[in-house]
Amino acid sequence: MPELVIQLTRAGFLALLWLFVLAALRVVRSDLYAASGLRASVPNTRRAQPRQPKGAKSPRQLLVTQGALAGTRIALDGRPISIGRADDSTLVLDDDYASTRHARLVLRGSDWYVEDLGSTNGTYLDRAKVTGPTRVPLRAPIRIGKTVIELHS
Amino acid sequence: MSQPMNQPSPPGDESPTVATAPAGPPPPPTRRTTELWLLAFSAALLSIANILVDANQEAALTSQILYNGAAFLALFAAAHFAVRKWAPYADPLILPFAALLNGLGLVMIHRIDLAMASRLEINPEDAQAAFYGGPLVGRQIMWMVIGVAFFILTLWRIKDHRPLAKYGYTCGLVGLVALALPGIIPFSSIAPTVNGAKIWLRFPGGFSIQPGEFAKILLMIFFASFLVSKRELFTAAGRTFLRMNWPRARDMAPLFVAWGASVGVLVFERDLGTSLLFFGMVLVMLYIATERAAWVVLGLTLFVGGCLVAYQLFGHVRQRIANWMDPFATYDEAGGGYQIVQSLFSLGSGGIFGSGLGSGRPDIVPEPHTDFITVGMGEEMGFVGLSAVLILYLLLVMRGLRSALAVRDSFGKLLAGGLAFTLGLQVFIVVGGVTKLIPSTGITAPFLSYGGSSLLANYILIALLLRISDAARRPAAPPKPKPKQAPIAEAHTEMVARPT
Repeated sequence: MPELVIQLTRAGFLALLWLFVLAALRVVRSDLYAASGLRASVPNTRRAQPRQPKGAKSPRQLLVTQGALAGTRIALDGRPISIGRADDSTLVLDDDYASTRHARLVLRGSDWYVEDLGSTNGTYLDRAKVTGPTRVPLRAPIRIGKTVIELHS
Repeated sequence: MSQPMNQPSPPGDESPTVATAPAGPPPPPTRRTTELWLLAFSAALLSIANILVDANQEAALTSQILYNGAAFLALFAAAHFAVRKWAPYADPLILPFAALLNGLGLVMIHRIDLAMASRLEINPEDAQAAFYGGPLVGRQIMWMVIGVAFFILTLWRIKDHRPLAKYGYTCGLVGLVALALPGIIPFSSIAPTVNGAKIWLRFPGGFSIQPGEFAKILLMIFFASFLVSKRELFTAAGRTFLRMNWPRARDMAPLFVAWGASVGVLVFERDLGTSLLFFGMVLVMLYIATERAAWVVLGLTLFVGGCLVAYQLFGHVRQRIANWMDPFATYDEAGGGYQIVQSLFSLGSGGIFGSGLGSGRPDIVPEPHTDFITVGMGEEMGFVGLSAVLILYLLLVMRGLRSALAVRDSFGKLLAGGLAFTLGLQVFIVVGGVTKLIPSTGITAPFLSYGGSSLLANYILIALLLRISDAARRPAAPPKPKPKQAPIAEAHTEMVARPT
């Protein structure tokens, strides 16, 4: 093959290979904002979306900050979140100090409430034991056994 | 245009959006179409690579190349539809990465086939070309097809990764036996020593496998299930010393067992790479399970100690270290620095942009189709191309670790973390070895190298990763309504037939 063609195809192939890498990185980027499993919330810079006023941020995801499942995120879509060792819980805990059906998070209006479901070792909202449905502020730690979860916007 | 957008919209405009928002979230994207596009992209990329190789090697350009590309696409489309059917929420990037890496490996092997054939044509007594043993790309394609078939089979048979934990001890036993088998069988007809390592099992009919590749996955399943059930033991007890929380002596037994097994592999099978890989895998899984840095410190201390003892006792370990320190000094010795030096020359002649596919001389590097395949790629695609390949590996590992973070059960977390990390460690060992970063060890580059066992095991590995990532990204199923049971006081009396 002529030298020029060799040089051009050589550079062209490398460019295509990197194009593949960039295409893959684009997919990574669009996934970066998605919480585990649920709705992808890619920040859209082009369209001005109707946003809520700053003071009344509603929680959009649940984040496990301590315990075996630390780092897990679950997007909040309005459905109740059940927590416990039972297999059908939304957040399945693998913790000797948790009960089978330990606690539940439910949405009332625009607030999330935590409710203890008669667990053996109790549920704590920021050091106070949860006895009835209690409103969960943003970033307040909910302790269940060794697991700590928080609601983030 | 921007003026109305910045203004707060009138309340009349907002109400419909507010009303429709809580109606239910849209179904989460599965991103399967992205996966198909990326697969098509990689098939196109490989066809171009194939054309470049054939053109630069002055082989006839026939329409065969297009058929090859189409066949490649068809094979991975089958895998794609299997994913679509059985793991619809799985990660969209893992399969295209595996496909592209495997395809680039095929192109490289085809390219080395051509080089070896032309060397044999010039000099029929060329020792290296004769030892190479003819065109290998056909056999590698066969292994790729079998690998994809096993990938589909794994996705089909294993619908959920969690029940795998129940077979933990069985997997551990089978894995340990598979790992040890080539080392303990004394007959060289069944367990031959190839290139100094005793890691093969040869079956009648010229068919041989490397059981260690499969043992890797089985042992990971064992360690994940073992650590999940015994996690409390490893995290709860212990004392603080040197500002670190150290485990009790009796809880360290599994680490010592793993260390003993990896030293055993080193001694009886003379395989540095597998030994390193196995020990690193156990260490990282212990660290993921317990989050205690003490395990890593302890493990690395043990490893360094083992290395020092092995260096004193075994000639082949000393030789490897000497080759690593100064390969030029031992260039002419048998088993000396020849391999490393050739590989460094090859990478050096490639430079930043490489010689172009099909224009280099990857055939003068020893073992160009297995351990040193990345060197051939570095020569022909240059630093730019080889770093793209390494980034593909990095992204593959990253997607695996991301699935491990996102999945909601501990066993899945540990297994995915272990699988992804092992893949990364393997690439580090092989690429570090051929670039003289660490002492060179015989190990295959995942998906790139020629070799059926490695390819098969890695396809099963990514099938398991896809299964776990499917569980991680799948939206939580709405809770099942409890069947309403009438209270016993309100139940009616029923007539039941008497059993005869």
